[in-house]
Amino acid sequence: MSQLSQRPEKPVVGVSMPHESAAGHVTGTALYTDDLVHRTKDVLHAYPVQVMKAHGRISRLDTGPALAVPGVVHVLTGADVPGVNDAGMKHDEPLFPDTVMFHGHAVAWVLGETLEAARLGAAAVEVDLDELPSLIALGDAIAAGSFHGARPMMVTGDVDAGFADSAHVFSGEFQFSDQEHFYLETHAALALVDESGQLFIQSSTQHPSETQEIVAHVLGLHSHEVTVQCLRMGGGFGGKEMQPHGFAAVAALGARLTGRPVRVRLNRTQDLTMSGKRHGFHAQWRIGFDAEGRIQALDATLTADGGWSLDLSEPVVARALCHIDNTYWIPHARVAGRIAKTNKVSNTAFRGFGGPQGMLVIEDIMGRCAPLLGLDPMELRERNFYRPGQGRTTPYGQVVTHPERISTVWQQVCADGRVADRRREIAAFNAAHPNTKRGLAVTGIKFGISFNLTAFNQGGALVLVYKDGSVLINHGGTEMGQGLHTKMLQVAATTLGIGLHKVRLAPTRTDKVPNTSATAASAGADLNGAAVKNACEQIRERLLRVAGGRLGANASDVRIVEGVARALGSDEELAWDDLVRTAYLQRVQLSASGFYRTEGLHWDAKAFQGSPFKYFSYGAAAAEVEVDGFTGAYRVRRVDIVHDVGDSLSPMIDVGQVEGGFVQGAGWLTLEDMRWDTGDGPGRGRLLTQAASTYKLPSFSEMPQEFHVRLLENATEEGAVYGSKAVGEPPLMLAFSVREALRQAAAAFGPAGVSVELASPATPEAVYWAVEASRTAAATSPDGHPGEPSTAGAGTRAEAEALSGA
Amino acid sequence: MTAPRITVNGAEAPISPAAPHTTVLDFLRERGLTGTKEGCAEGECGACAVLVARPGTNEPTDWVAVNACLLPAAALDGQEVVTSEGLATAGPAGAPGALHPVQEEMAVRGGSQCGYCTPGFVCSMAAEYYRPDRCAHTDTEPAEDGTGTGTGTEDGPRHGADPEHGPNGFDLHALSGNLCRCTGYRPIRDAAFAVGAPTADDPLAQRRAQSPPAPVATEYVRDGRAFLRRSTLGETLRLLRERPDAVVVAGSTDWGVEVNIRSRRADCVVAVDRLPELRELRFGPGAVEIGAALTLTEIERRLDGRVPLLAELFPQFASRLIRNGATLGGNLGTGSPIGDSPPVLLALEASVVLADADGERQVPLAEYFTGYRQSVRRPGELIRAVRVPLPLSPVVAFHKIAKRRFDDISSVAVAFALDVEDGIVRKARIGLGGVAATPLRALATEEALEGRPWTAETAGAAARVLRAEGTPMNDQRASAAYRSAMLGQSLLKLYAQTTEAVTS
Repeated sequence: MSQLSQRPEKPVVGVSMPHESAAGHVTGTALYTDDLVHRTKDVLHAYPVQVMKAHGRISRLDTGPALAVPGVVHVLTGADVPGVNDAGMKHDEPLFPDTVMFHGHAVAWVLGETLEAARLGAAAVEVDLDELPSLIALGDAIAAGSFHGARPMMVTGDVDAGFADSAHVFSGEFQFSDQEHFYLETHAALALVDESGQLFIQSSTQHPSETQEIVAHVLGLHSHEVTVQCLRMGGGFGGKEMQPHGFAAVAALGARLTGRPVRVRLNRTQDLTMSGKRHGFHAQWRIGFDAEGRIQALDATLTADGGWSLDLSEPVVARALCHIDNTYWIPHARVAGRIAKTNKVSNTAFRGFGGPQGMLVIEDIMGRCAPLLGLDPMELRERNFYRPGQGRTTPYGQVVTHPERISTVWQQVCADGRVADRRREIAAFNAAHPNTKRGLAVTGIKFGISFNLTAFNQGGALVLVYKDGSVLINHGGTEMGQGLHTKMLQVAATTLGIGLHKVRLAPTRTDKVPNTSATAASAGADLNGAAVKNACEQIRERLLRVAGGRLGANASDVRIVEGVARALGSDEELAWDDLVRTAYLQRVQLSASGFYRTEGLHWDAKAFQGSPFKYFSYGAAAAEVEVDGFTGAYRVRRVDIVHDVGDSLSPMIDVGQVEGGFVQGAGWLTLEDMRWDTGDGPGRGRLLTQAASTYKLPSFSEMPQEFHVRLLENATEEGAVYGSKAVGEPPLMLAFSVREALRQAAAAFGPAGVSVELASPATPEAVYWAVEASRTAAATSPDGHPGEPSTAGAGTRAEAEALSGA
Repeated sequence: MTAPRITVNGAEAPISPAAPHTTVLDFLRERGLTGTKEGCAEGECGACAVLVARPGTNEPTDWVAVNACLLPAAALDGQEVVTSEGLATAGPAGAPGALHPVQEEMAVRGGSQCGYCTPGFVCSMAAEYYRPDRCAHTDTEPAEDGTGTGTGTEDGPRHGADPEHGPNGFDLHALSGNLCRCTGYRPIRDAAFAVGAPTADDPLAQRRAQSPPAPVATEYVRDGRAFLRRSTLGETLRLLRERPDAVVVAGSTDWGVEVNIRSRRADCVVAVDRLPELRELRFGPGAVEIGAALTLTEIERRLDGRVPLLAELFPQFASRLIRNGATLGGNLGTGSPIGDSPPVLLALEASVVLADADGERQVPLAEYFTGYRQSVRRPGELIRAVRVPLPLSPVVAFHKIAKRRFDDISSVAVAFALDVEDGIVRKARIGLGGVAATPLRALATEEALEGRPWTAETAGAAARVLRAEGTPMNDQRASAAYRSAMLGQSLLKLYAQTTEAVTS
């Protein structure tokens, strides 16, 4: 067992406990960025001037009328920027644009004594535009050849030979929807200038170091003149990885110019219309199977809707390509990735970061092809698993570690969920109910952990032990509800051998731990946990020497367990507080900065080959749904999940991540229906679903009626802190089971052996059209017409044709 | 008239200097009570939920959860509000740092992740916790220990008879107006189903036995804008005659959205939700008369299933948080073609009682709507009541087509009220929403049903007629093709439901 993964006696990690801020959450005393406004004097409020056109060059921007509005203090424009006018890292995202690139693009910001004054001021700013042609629909951008950024190509084996050897070849197209993060807390920042002219910015950001870097370059300052703090976020999900920087920069610029604190807080409409989403994708694919249904070859092109600027689209597409295999061995593959440039918000990170999109493509292919191959979908999936004895190298050249876990979690979830029995029960139910059908599907996941870009795989921490024995930890990760801080407290207490009550955690700040990576890629606990552990180990080693002196033993024979130091084989005790005080009096350093770099990673982005991931996370889910044949409405009756988090650092937190991720994934795949105005009218490019009343998140009614989550046991991961695995993103993709169950329930309205296509999201309407298609296939006389699976963004095209023997 | 003020967590707080349109949410946050959060500003997410003391159904006072983002602070003049911060000290322990029982369950069971939605959930949950008749439904002991340290549901509380009710009588619909993006809801459900009964010394439980805060007249004017509340219907009608430009609000669940999302500001807002004349409910002999300013929750609890079609409507109408503020008068007054009550009231052949300073008139609802958000209601006229004639048709159904089962807006809504006697459809009334600029009756379909035998053939033929009623549109909620299909399907589904009910 590696030192990193080994747990000491009586560890605090592995103990189930609520979120460290739970009491603050439930009483409303936990503070978020915008709560600080009411504790800060003389705050100015910033309000964006959004231009409601999809594309056009600004020919005139007149701030004069705004300045005449009582209470308006200043209007921020590009002319105010002392540094670089760029809210991103790629110089394609001007903070104050001279060309409007999407409907709702903010071109200036009004500072007012009250939010109402700033709003009225923003409405008074006059903007003239020379309108330009726009591309809204992803399909239109593809047709127009509008792309930006890298065009990666992942190749393995000999694809043409693979198809030549295939008994069955199918091809198809699939376009699926984007997804709004809908963190409950919208983007917020509050900037202050201190006595030395330094900027202090409170920001709801997953990436404080990058917020700091961008504020500094906008203001023409060095990073040591800018400090960013994130108390906590009311949800992030990737939406606050890149997107907060510009809003923080606006607040900072306003504070710098006026000398007063400046607050930016987007209301929900602004957040929805100005910030990026999960990328919607288009996929064109051709797949070959042998006579037994084993994948021989895959040729696919994935096109992400990147929106107007690159943001994180390149790594998102890279991760999509790296996950198109999911749990399946594909000996010959050629998969191309592209990023469409459209006049929409700049799409960005969202839990899974392209992984879900890549995996959805292959799971959709499996669900569509199984009936055509005459195979049960479960059978088809199982036959293609990576497994010892079958191929275990991914199309990008990484060997799959622990491939047996793919089958293990699958078998466990089938046993836990009595899947075989229930499938028989469902068949009987379906035979007896002409208007209601049930479906049960099992799907699995394999998700690579680490940032694809190797350099990001580092973490830092600062641990301070005070004379009274209390411990304060800082680390580079941010808390957005995922329970990272809870885990870090557990890691620190475990490493130092003390109780949790001795350890406190300070808010994330760039002046405590520098050059941090985003809290993203599920890697927060891996990177920061190992760094916290490293810092604590340094202090522990020093304390053990002190204790050895006091206890008359060699330091290597001293253990600190539950706050008491003892030498092996001795009853003599030295309490933690006494040990710390003794160390202080002996002038022993009681603080340490910790560091961690993930070892063994390499990635050649050009060749699209390497071993970018430290390890893989596995899981399987069995979902049962019931579909009303009259309306397409459905309920999720039962979900069983077995998920691999290694040896859990904090089981209640991890189960919460699994359940929450699953429901969020089910939202993306079934309910959350993002619509854009693709027409040629005056509203072209407008987000139609720009409110909670039109963009529907899962509510209580979408929760599975029965929901069983089990963490895989005896699952130590050698390569991560205390044997754990990352958990943030992977469970989202367990929700493929719901979509596949809906497909099977829809199929049950028609004859066997028919490939059922299902739009994504599979809203009741989409399911209704799938049911209608099944019923039509069943009908001997073509009487009723199935409706058109119409409208923007969510259509799947029915083109899977059998070319057997090709 | 004393200066307008609200009792917040037991202490009086002046409403001034807030603007008349300032929401309860912003008012509380300005006072440092930042536990109340803004998530959507349109009553969809519930992050802003707070408790308000209101006249009760079974006790003198109920603790009612409402969306603080929709209600103007001035509307709570003289009222009592409790926030998540207040609950922490209002529980039986009362000690600083103590958690209220619902907070305790939410905390220890992992009911919070990012925590942003949590104070709102806590308030909605507390309202249900204090619902006087909740524990009457309890079928087991309240809950086992609250350590909540397991993996998932295995050691969570057992569920009640149906998935939406806990063994402690907790109705999950109480949380239908609260959204959580992190947890997937399971631990929140476990917390809800684990809360016990309030103890005898719980001050908020004790408060229920006292009279609710009395309505007070409010004259709150700042910078030329006014929020006004009169004590009687007569005074209110005279005010509306003087100020025909006034915006009339009850629960402000519609106007609050206009203020927040469309930045509308009114010079004069007149509140009518506490007028006694608008808060009566009379059952029989010839009609049920429902006061226009009773909240939907109050109607639901007072009717207690006596109008089955309304009983089908209520759980599907928005969320509990909205139903705690929304009124029939408001739903008809805004005249939205996608309001959920008009199709039902059309099927029930309801009439609207309109009052102005000169008197009253009664208009059949079928003649009330004249265009998109337009009606026969004249400036200065107020909806006083809705009258549903008795007896009621026995075969009823309300089919709401939406993406989400809780708290969504209809893409199509169809309400049926049929008399089927000796296998013959004697009378059919069908109300439709979402298929035209106004709610409408499906007259051609009614004709295709009446006098015919209630058979699959009749239902099929009538479904084809129904499918062609109205002029459905394509929008983000649904395609026109789906809307039309759903009209037809709704009748086929009704037929299947009635015949399955007969055979079972």
